[in-house]
Amino acid sequence: MEVINIQGTDDTPNVILDKDNGKFEISGRSLPEDVNQFYQPILDWIDAYAEGGPNEETRFNFKLEYFNTASSKIILDILLKFEEIVESGKNVRIIWHYHEEEEDMLEAGEEYADIVEIPFEYEVYTD
Amino acid sequence: MGNIDNHSFLDFAYQLYRTMKTNEISLVYEGEVTQDITKTFTSLTERNLAKSEESNAVQRKVFNVMVECLQNISKHADSMGGEDGEERRGIVMVSKGDDSYNIITGNIIKNSKVPGLTENLEQVNSLDKKGLSELYKNQMRDGKLSDKGGAGLGLIDIAKKTGSTLGYQFKELNEEVSFFILTSTIKRSK
Repeated sequence: MEVINIQGTDDTPNVILDKDNGKFEISGRSLPEDVNQFYQPILDWIDAYAEGGPNEETRFNFKLEYFNTASSKIILDILLKFEEIVESGKNVRIIWHYHEEEEDMLEAGEEYADIVEIPFEYEVYTD
Repeated sequence: MGNIDNHSFLDFAYQLYRTMKTNEISLVYEGEVTQDITKTFTSLTERNLAKSEESNAVQRKVFNVMVECLQNISKHADSMGGEDGEERRGIVMVSKGDDSYNIITGNIIKNSKVPGLTENLEQVNSLDKKGLSELYKNQMRDGKLSDKGGAGLGLIDIAKKTGSTLGYQFKELNEEVSFFILTSTIKRSK
């Protein structure tokens, strides 16, 4: 499968989706002007990953510093796709990173964990 | 440009400067709100806050709220003529008080949208932290992204992040449109 490797900017996140090396990560800031346009290739990639036989275990890292509300809706869409992969019998784990001073980001992760049936791990980081 | 009365303009500029100083207004902008403007203001605010030795948590809250407020204008503001497709304009102010930051935005909105918006604001203001979280989750699950990329989450998010009720006012300008002012307050002491 092709690898998605997008370098972040001050309003779009870094994205790595690499099936063969088991790397799945979205990090940085997400406040693009057009969330649909930015995330469509990512959603398409995940669809193809789900259809083409996902890895036995997928560890997906979210290490977001900030995301706007439009992005929060898309992040849920991404998680819902992985929920389907869980339902198909594969293991998926969401590693939700948050800064030690960022309770809001921890809460955001907990909210997603309430909505989707995927195990979440929380990982705190400092500067 | 020859008609500008130099003296009264200087007077106005000085009064504006004084008013801003007195109220510790660190930013005022009136004009079109685009993604580039949003990025410029947020990075400016970030730099100012970093210098002000404010805690990171407060800095990020101010940043978050600014982004949502600006994106609200760039997605929802109407124009005086009431025609769609025109530029989305608004006014943005950031002021720093003894114990809080205030982010005040104003923009034109069609009168027909006022009752719905009032209802949303009242609902958000009536909820506690847990209630807001539930509303946010429901809206995220059931709401659809509009073609402008709005998710109907902005006001809920601002209330969640600030922990304060949203201040708002509508001033009817004519039969078609009103001026909508939204005030978000972020407490400084933490």
